[in-house]
Amino acid sequence: MEFAGFRSRLERLGGTVTSQVWRIGYASRFLAYLVLHSGTALRRFRLTVAQVYFAGVLSLVIILVSGLFVGMVLALQGYETLQRFGASESLGVLVALSLVRELGPVVAGLLFASRAGSAITAEIGLMKATEQISAMEMMAVDPIARVVAPRFWGGVISMPLLAALFSAAGIFGGYLVGVQLIGVDAGAFWSQMQAAVDVRNDILNGVIKSLVFGIAVTWISVFEGYDAIPTAEGVSRATTRTVVTSSLAILALDFVLTALMFTGGNH
Amino acid sequence: MPIVEIKNVSFGYDPARPVLRDINLAIAPGAVVGIMGQSGCGKTTLLRIIMGAYLPSRGEAHVLGRATSSLDTAALYEMRRRMGMLFQFGALFTDMSVYENVAFPLREHCRLPGSLEHDLVMLKLQAVGLRGAAHLMPTELSGGMARRVALARSIALDPQLILYDEPFTGLDPISFGVIVRLIRSLNDLLGATSIIVTHDVQEALDVVDYVYFMAGGRVIAEGRPDDIRSSPEPFVNQFVNGRPDGPVPFHYTAPAYAADLELA
Ligand SMILES: Nc1ncnc2c1ncn2[C@@H]1O[C@H](COP(=O)(O)OP(=O)(O)O)[C@@H](O)[C@H]1O
Ligand SMILES: [Mg+2]
Repeated sequence: MEFAGFRSRLERLGGTVTSQVWRIGYASRFLAYLVLHSGTALRRFRLTVAQVYFAGVLSLVIILVSGLFVGMVLALQGYETLQRFGASESLGVLVALSLVRELGPVVAGLLFASRAGSAITAEIGLMKATEQISAMEMMAVDPIARVVAPRFWGGVISMPLLAALFSAAGIFGGYLVGVQLIGVDAGAFWSQMQAAVDVRNDILNGVIKSLVFGIAVTWISVFEGYDAIPTAEGVSRATTRTVVTSSLAILALDFVLTALMFTGGNH
Repeated sequence: MPIVEIKNVSFGYDPARPVLRDINLAIAPGAVVGIMGQSGCGKTTLLRIIMGAYLPSRGEAHVLGRATSSLDTAALYEMRRRMGMLFQFGALFTDMSVYENVAFPLREHCRLPGSLEHDLVMLKLQAVGLRGAAHLMPTELSGGMARRVALARSIALDPQLILYDEPFTGLDPISFGVIVRLIRSLNDLLGATSIIVTHDVQEALDVVDYVYFMAGGRVIAEGRPDDIRSSPEPFVNQFVNGRPDGPVPFHYTAPAYAADLELA
């Protein structure tokens, strides 16, 4: 009895693991096909630009507002701590580095997944449910080249831009709270920031992170949409999966990338 | 030579559960042919075989002169450019206007100067009576209008073969009449061949030249509309006359009613 129960649980675990591994393999083949069939999206670049608009511009407001608030909170918290060591002039450095290296790509990525990623999944899933994808195939047009690839590249292009804007808004928020509200010296705030933020170690690494997050989130979004069960319920579940999987992927990738980029105290 | 010839085709999505069993059809050029039968009997599946979305597990499907099993992706797409398909609910692209929907096949496959494209799109929209709706979005259309726009889109490339999957579902009587007449007139105007899959038997019998009647994945009767109306086959008879009980029972298989009520 005991053993049978254990065995069936083990079998179920095995089944889940196998099907997840199979799914990752399937998603990878989907990505490879998508990249190989990106000719249309690149040749007729207007298709991709339209998707940059949808993914990027529509996420703009939430990115800017969130960035502003995150920067303001960073300044408040950072000032509390720095002041104890008599280093409150370094506030600009703290705000800028936190944003550029970490919070900009990660929080912008999470927002991007829930705003744009879910929209991409829902749109492609609904196109499938209403037979628009089949109709395209029947018109001898490859839906992966025509529908999926432009959305993928649009998302990949948008994400680093959004992360940069998030960081910029955050630094402005830090300035508002640190300099205007608390009264840290404006000259020290900016000049220390300029001196301490390194183009290669900080900015480039931040851009690489946001690019990787952009690829991961958009890949998950288009795959979940294209793979959705073509019913209302199937599409809603795929949308949820996009947000959950993307968020976990961002946090896990962030750890891996940070570990790889960790230079052992250049700063 | 037939435009579509299905020879001894069997097919199942799951090999253990065949959906089509040993189907034979031959569709002559210029005809409007009906494929009729109950929901779930495999009509849409048969259309998917004809359009090459699935290959038969046994037998052969010859479409526009070539066996679908011999086509690679490029040849399959080449074949589909010569076919039009009207989906059950139109399947219009929701992010494009009516004009852009009809222009879509032209833009994807032909490099036309803008003015020629405009004239062609307007010609197709005029044919379905919706030239005035060119600027609307699909969400602004009624069900019947959406179906007509989809029809204009499916004939944009002047197809030789037009497939209709349940083109009448959910239409009011006026839109219904419009679509029925359009199917016939477009077929004759374009010199095309049309296949209508439907369970609206009565109405469809008025427009088609020839009918295949399906049940349980097989063709159980075929003939001209009048032959079908007077068919002795009990199933066809029940279907054409819409009687609730007959070879297709009113009751889903169940234990004896008395036993269920615990009377026995
Ligand atoms: N994509 C599919 N995968 C698996 N089974 C399917 C699929 N499409 C249809 N079927 C099954 O095949 C049978 C015939 O379906 P279909 O051809 O759609 O019938 P009809 O169009 O005549 O209503 C049904 O039992 C249906 O459940
Ligand atoms: Mg059907």
